[in-house]
Amino acid sequence: MTVAMEKPEKTKTAERAEPAEGVRRVSRGMVVAAILVVWLVLFAVLRGKQTLSLAAADLTDLHRWLNDVNDSVGANRNSNPLFLYFFNEIRLVIDNLVTFVQSLISQPTGARPVPQIGWLGVVGVAGFVSWAVGNWRVALLAVAGFTFMGLQGLWQESMDTLALTLSAVFVALLFAIPLGVWAGLSDRFNRIMTPFLDFMQTMPTFVYLAPLTLIFLIGGASATIATVIYAAPPAIRITAHAIRSVPETTVEAAESLGATRRQSLLKVLLPMSKRTVVMGVNQTIMAALAMVTIAALIDAPGLGKTVIQALQSLDVGTAFNAGLAIVIMAIVLDRVTTAASGREEAARRSGSRFLTWRRPLLGAGAVVTAVLIYMSHTYVWAAEFPGEGDIGSSIARAADTATTWTQDSLSGLTTAFRDAISTGLLNPFQSLLTESPWWLVGAALIGLGAVLGGWRAGATAAVCVGLLLATGVWSDSMTTLASTMVATIMVMALGIVFGVWMGRSMLVDRLLRPTLDAAQVMPPFVYLVPFLALFGATRFTAIVAAVVYAAPVAMKIIADGVRNVPAATVEAATSAGCNTWQIITKVQLPMARSALTLATNQGLIYVLSMVVVGGLVGAGALGYDVVAGFSQGQLYGKGLAAGLAIVLLGVMFDRITQAAARRTSA
Amino acid sequence: MTPVQTEVPQRRGTPQDSDGTPVVSVRKLWKVFGPKAERVPDSEELCGLTRRELMDRTGCTAAVRDVNFEVSRGEVFVVMGLSGSGKSTLVRCLTRLIEPTAGEVVFEGEDIRGADHKRLRELRRRKFSMVFQHFGLLPHRRVLDNVSFGLEIRGMSKAERTKRAMEVVELVGLAGYENSYPDQLSGGMQQRVGLARALAGDPDVLFFDEPFSALDPLIRRDMQNEVIRLHHEVGKTMVFITHDLSEALKLGDRILIMRDGKMVQCGTGDELVGAPADDYVREFVKDVPRGDVLTLRWIMRPAEPDDALDGPELGPDVVVKEATRAVLAADKPVKVVENGKLLGIVGDEEILAVVAGQEGDM
Repeated sequence: MTVAMEKPEKTKTAERAEPAEGVRRVSRGMVVAAILVVWLVLFAVLRGKQTLSLAAADLTDLHRWLNDVNDSVGANRNSNPLFLYFFNEIRLVIDNLVTFVQSLISQPTGARPVPQIGWLGVVGVAGFVSWAVGNWRVALLAVAGFTFMGLQGLWQESMDTLALTLSAVFVALLFAIPLGVWAGLSDRFNRIMTPFLDFMQTMPTFVYLAPLTLIFLIGGASATIATVIYAAPPAIRITAHAIRSVPETTVEAAESLGATRRQSLLKVLLPMSKRTVVMGVNQTIMAALAMVTIAALIDAPGLGKTVIQALQSLDVGTAFNAGLAIVIMAIVLDRVTTAASGREEAARRSGSRFLTWRRPLLGAGAVVTAVLIYMSHTYVWAAEFPGEGDIGSSIARAADTATTWTQDSLSGLTTAFRDAISTGLLNPFQSLLTESPWWLVGAALIGLGAVLGGWRAGATAAVCVGLLLATGVWSDSMTTLASTMVATIMVMALGIVFGVWMGRSMLVDRLLRPTLDAAQVMPPFVYLVPFLALFGATRFTAIVAAVVYAAPVAMKIIADGVRNVPAATVEAATSAGCNTWQIITKVQLPMARSALTLATNQGLIYVLSMVVVGGLVGAGALGYDVVAGFSQGQLYGKGLAAGLAIVLLGVMFDRITQAAARRTSA
Repeated sequence: MTPVQTEVPQRRGTPQDSDGTPVVSVRKLWKVFGPKAERVPDSEELCGLTRRELMDRTGCTAAVRDVNFEVSRGEVFVVMGLSGSGKSTLVRCLTRLIEPTAGEVVFEGEDIRGADHKRLRELRRRKFSMVFQHFGLLPHRRVLDNVSFGLEIRGMSKAERTKRAMEVVELVGLAGYENSYPDQLSGGMQQRVGLARALAGDPDVLFFDEPFSALDPLIRRDMQNEVIRLHHEVGKTMVFITHDLSEALKLGDRILIMRDGKMVQCGTGDELVGAPADDYVREFVKDVPRGDVLTLRWIMRPAEPDDALDGPELGPDVVVKEATRAVLAADKPVKVVENGKLLGIVGDEEILAVVAGQEGDM
């Protein structure tokens, strides 16, 4: 969940329009091959030397220094003026907000053994709000969804997740919408914001977590702030986009009638972009939910924590139950906000018959909701969710049974698949990357970057390689890189097969796209659970989860690329007698080349953003380092360095693939 | 190529302003886009360049170059040109939706370029309004609220502006649709909303920026008739931008033809057809049915001594098409008489030359 929106290719700078373009490309391919051959030869000779491997508990000076920084920050937290008057204040405000929301719906406060509003009140409010902003269908969905979470025996955890999500969304929108409006109005501000937003969105999520805990301590405040940072960019972008896409004539018409800037903004721009802004709010909520579950790594309360604890003890049933609750919450929030963005138009279409009744009905609904809140505040039966969560335990048991069954009866199949990929792809890659001398791998990466993406990408690669060395987790980085490569290859294979299929057939597109959309909305944790059941806790599970997470994006981009090939060109190829295979390989894929590179770029970034999640289920390497760093004090510095290494890998491949994409489209 | 400006003959009983001062007068108006645009109008040398040369030399585009004209009260003044001729920029300069680079735009004796933001807003709110090619309606508001938008911005009370909006909605023939949303209406109806919005504030001048270009031909004809009707009913001064010559001839009391930002010719429709200023205008008006536009003034010849002077009389401003039957029916040539004075005569030959398209060397 790193990149919420696919970035379109921005500038198509014609690098050099050389007549000998074809010759150049051949020679570039040869250079790449030459680099790989030299690498393999040297690898055979120098295997196992200067690999810079570091055992799990070993530390470098940098890691120890980071530990010291952590300790000294901890010691001076209440004396350093920067902390005293700035960071601590922020933490206090956020903490108070989170605690307040929690005391309303999830956590007992003071003498009360239960939160202020019990389950009946929350379900009532959820239904009423969904109905008011959306329609009665999503209201029913919200009521059913929330009730089901209670029946699963996860009421309090769900409410903790909801409380954190709502607080984070509130804070995020507080900043994001004004900033978005500003960026929509001012070209200059937009130019300033864009690179920041790009950076915030391409960075793997976990990277925020470690430095944030350094400043804001582990817990709800850090989790909320990390979520805000992660969830605000889509809202800023989409708001700015919405303001910008208001037709110029309409603004001009208002101006020609003598509207002031303020009047234009309030009466024209904002109302006309409302629908799109609400879509931005939807994106923010989904991103926030995803991040809040991940933030369980830094001790954020809620469903994420249940999942993590279950994953760590390999309790698939419990993890599945909690994961299901996350999915239900995601579906409810997504549907409600989507309905909200379309409500006004839907109401307009259905005629004004209901509009006259709407106000009194809303009033009545509000009264009923108030009664429900009062009852849930006063009576124990309405405050504490009744029952023992029997449904939850049956779900967990069923999941366990299913897991055992699959492990018993399908283990032959899954193990064969796993071993085939592991020995066929993963192991060779891994040994090539981890057992080559560091300077050889570094030189090869820089060389490939320069050849594929130009000297600037090469320079970026050089800087990143240098910094990777400095982090002290070189060997782990290479292991992660190997899994990332394998996952990306699988993503691209899936992406090309399904993308081309979707691009060529509207029917397939219509069938698959909702599934892909849904897959992108899910918090990444949830993917792990079924694969953990299938493949056990290995690096392979992490790879498959990453593939499932990243493939939808690649498929969509490739499908759009294939669809954008002009119909006339395809028709011309058909009339020249091409068969389907020839059309795909000789016309559609070559013409969708820039979509392919973009898909590779996005696929890589998405896979990288799953590295830490993979660390929870035995992926090892950087993911494990980060996870261990959160939980064990003496590994804090190493975890921070590993997080940095993930960013460096991401930046390196992002720059190389983007430069390559620019080249191919030029 | 000096623009030809001819005196305004009175047609269609256009009400002339009592004191004769123009409502809008534009003098030496320039709009140059690009870096350091203001140096272009000042420099004799740069003024002489063609658009292309100016672009190469300075990186500037001159959209409007040295345009002069006056619009009288109650007149329909049409600015015509092909796309890229600068006509839309010109009309936006008149209300400073685009800031002119140089020149004067005098509105009722006040130079608009000197107005500050507050005054400009006031002028836009009370004195002029505009109808746009792509309507520029607010999709989230009903027709009535769209029409009353300008009044709302002025701060008029809700009851008052609803009343006024209803009147205008009826005036443009939208009664019964006041509670619809714009996207429920056809293009022609949407433009009626745009028209109503412009009329609601009771402005002195209405600006039309290619208002009917986006409509299909039948609807366009309806809307043109609508504008003519409204002009008769409310008698507003109108400045109308179009790229369609037949629209210009149909609506315009006078027509200004622009090319590459410059004015080529300004005059009545029959002047453009009868005496095109250059080949560009001639090419433009080539396909116009001359009999529909030219008046007898343009085709009469001086009376020769052997002409019989006892034929019927007609005025000089009678359109050829309308005079055809009378001239052909008479056995003697028709006398063209204005205020009792014989201007010339028109015989079968002159009429047939126009109607049959024989008139070669104009």
